[in-house]
Amino acid sequence: MNDSPLHLAVALDGAGWHPAAWRSEGARPGALFTPGYWADLVAEAERGLLDLVTFEDALGPQSAAPHRPDDRTDQVRGSLDAVLLASHLALLTTRIGLVPTVNVTHTEPFHVAVGIATLDHVSEGRAGWRPQIASRAADAAHFGRRTTPQLTDDDLRDPELIAARLRPLFAEAADVVEVARRLWDSWEDDAEIRDTATGRFLDRDKLHHIDFEGAWFSVRGPSITPRPPQGQPVVASLAHASTPYEFAARASDVVFVTPFDRAGATAVLAQVAEAADRVGRDLRDRPLRRFADLVVLLDDEPGAAARRKERLDALAGAEYTSDALVFTGTPGELADLLLDWRTAGLDGFRLRPGALPHDLTAVTRRLVPELRRRGAYRSAYGTGTLRERLGLPTPRNRYAGQG
Amino acid sequence: MPKQIHLAAQLPGIHNVTVWSDPRSGSQIAIGSFVHLARTAERGKFDFFFLAEGLRLREHKGRVYELDVAGRPDNLTMLSALAAATTRLGVAATVNATFNEPYEVARRLATLDHLSGGRAGWNVVTSFDAFTGENFRRGGFLAEADRYSRAAEFLATARELWDSWHGADVPADPVSGRFVRPGAGAFTHHGGHFDIAGRFTTPRSPQGHPVVIQAGESDAGRDFAASDAEVVFSKYNRLEEARAFYRDVKGRLARYGRSPDDLRIMPTATVVVADTDAEAAAYADEITRAQVSPQTAIAHLEAVWGRDLSAYDPDGPLPDIDPEPESLVLKGHSVFRTGRAETARRWRALAHERGLSIRELVIEVHGGQTFVGSPHTVADAVDHFVQTDGADGFVFATHLTPGGLDDFVDRVVPLLQEKGVHRPDYTGTTLRDHLGLRRPPDTGRTSRTASAQWEGSAS
Repeated sequence: MNDSPLHLAVALDGAGWHPAAWRSEGARPGALFTPGYWADLVAEAERGLLDLVTFEDALGPQSAAPHRPDDRTDQVRGSLDAVLLASHLALLTTRIGLVPTVNVTHTEPFHVAVGIATLDHVSEGRAGWRPQIASRAADAAHFGRRTTPQLTDDDLRDPELIAARLRPLFAEAADVVEVARRLWDSWEDDAEIRDTATGRFLDRDKLHHIDFEGAWFSVRGPSITPRPPQGQPVVASLAHASTPYEFAARASDVVFVTPFDRAGATAVLAQVAEAADRVGRDLRDRPLRRFADLVVLLDDEPGAAARRKERLDALAGAEYTSDALVFTGTPGELADLLLDWRTAGLDGFRLRPGALPHDLTAVTRRLVPELRRRGAYRSAYGTGTLRERLGLPTPRNRYAGQG
Repeated sequence: MPKQIHLAAQLPGIHNVTVWSDPRSGSQIAIGSFVHLARTAERGKFDFFFLAEGLRLREHKGRVYELDVAGRPDNLTMLSALAAATTRLGVAATVNATFNEPYEVARRLATLDHLSGGRAGWNVVTSFDAFTGENFRRGGFLAEADRYSRAAEFLATARELWDSWHGADVPADPVSGRFVRPGAGAFTHHGGHFDIAGRFTTPRSPQGHPVVIQAGESDAGRDFAASDAEVVFSKYNRLEEARAFYRDVKGRLARYGRSPDDLRIMPTATVVVADTDAEAAAYADEITRAQVSPQTAIAHLEAVWGRDLSAYDPDGPLPDIDPEPESLVLKGHSVFRTGRAETARRWRALAHERGLSIRELVIEVHGGQTFVGSPHTVADAVDHFVQTDGADGFVFATHLTPGGLDDFVDRVVPLLQEKGVHRPDYTGTTLRDHLGLRRPPDTGRTSRTASAQWEGSAS
């Protein structure tokens, strides 16, 4: 039995993960682009003492197909930049971790690193990010700077085929994370000296060029932003196949995986461990938190959540499925499942509410108290940064003492 | 009716404006510093709070420059947070048109406009130097001569992206099942700098377009301001030169079918307030001396001379040796990039004529503080400057972070309000409202294709 604390995250996306969620009772579809909508959701997540919330994002509109745009008008289309949204919410919350998704294929590694460092300063140590590659070739035309692989309908049948085709983008993404990590360390914690005797604000011996040179780009550094409060903000990634497992093993502090049952969780965790072995990462030294993703639709009355999903499916015109298990049931049933899967060795779960705010509120007000009743969840936030809450060690600065 | 004064504040992130040696000087990066300054500006009913951008730390003789404050946030990320700590204050940022792409910048600015309820502003600048480029994918790819054509096309493209969503494109009607109107966000731009097409992600923001700000004193810069900007930052904060600049730029607007009221000119300025004029003058001298420490005096001299002068005594005379005009010892500092031989000649002549030491000379050319005096003196000077068309208002940079604006807001702003030249309270909610600027027409989706204008400009 796992006696380390259970971690819970919630993944926020539009009106919820079901494509017809915006038409549910209680939804606020007209408010999706207002700050108040997001402030209410994150306040609710914080009321439930969740570890962190993630924010989906992409450099192109949402689409029913993962690999190409569509012209549908009956689903949520449109989004706000997730880093700026997370930063806006930082001053409206005090404890919860804020983890925006950030495209790393079409963006500048330097800007990305500085943005996340800033989010960490603004939130005083609650920042994370989810680097994401561009899996939709059409998004490349929004930038006109390069092309990226076009996935085929055949590829979509197997995550391994997708990963194989996108492998170069994952390798580049690992370079982006490496650059970010070096830039965060490029200021030592005591670089600011304010020494009036010598007239120096900085001690330049404690600022470092990072001199990264890779196959896709080079970055000289140092950062323009002092080292963030966490030293290294949390890097999280979503993974369904060997290449992204390897990316997580190289680059991430948290990996979101998508098993469909407990045996699947065991198998996935074994693959993640093998990936760590392959890249030479010692998980005792540099722990990797493993969260399973689940889409959740929750109602107290047995059967009600499944019926609600059927109604939403009817509105959407198709049965909703996802890359993760779509769970319908009562909060108690979900608690049973989570505690069962956890025995496979998972550190926590990232729950994707089917409809907002309904399924978020069900998590915070029904699931969390149920887990707590079973002695499986915290009853107060501790102090400390997001890293500390996740049991990730305080990272040593790679440049400290180099002069 | 007198002109209304437009006020803005910035937290200076580099340069020697900030007197970090003052015991009251706080953190340059802590969120508390930014919140304090922004809320002070909002208490003073300022139009907006402004943050410049950082792309690379300055370097001096090949090492990071140590003497000035440094270490600043990504400005749009910080301003998104500050939008939650304020309710009316505009939030404006410099975002570079060289080391960014229009799709992402337009998206981030539209997001800031949504998050702030229509308070976003964008200072469009360009860089071209290889030094800055070393931090970015493309390196120093842009020729200096192409700066304004890239900036102009970048801005035009951003506007096309903002216009790709009509205000009514999100019916979000659960009954009919229509969330979005067909074609929302569709755009095509074929130009010399940008050749892009697809769908923009972000629905039309409260202001339609964030307020566009520009800074540039060159002829091309002034034309760009007159054709495209809604606010101009300038360095001209001495009345006569400011009037000349004001007249010139406002005079160019008609060529672009715009009226003088479509553009606000706001020089950067500093202010020192004390009980009496004499006390303020003494305090201003003290600030200027702190801003130009002995080490800073030598470093500025080295920047102009292009050589190591560390052996010289800052309290002694200027060096006899000549500058090396080709050598750049201070990188990332735009002031010392060009015209250094001429600057050195001027500095020598001035020092000779007035018998100034190195440090005295640098203090002299530094220029001191813009507005100095008792609250009444400062209020009168600020008002006079604006009423006589030296400016429409000012962007104040404070020498103390974060409390440097407190005196001005508590002691001068009430006097400006009494004079009827500064709002007693906000009358609108958006930055456009504060600045008295028109909202761009919501023309719907009018993506331009194959714009010959852009193709021509970059050849």
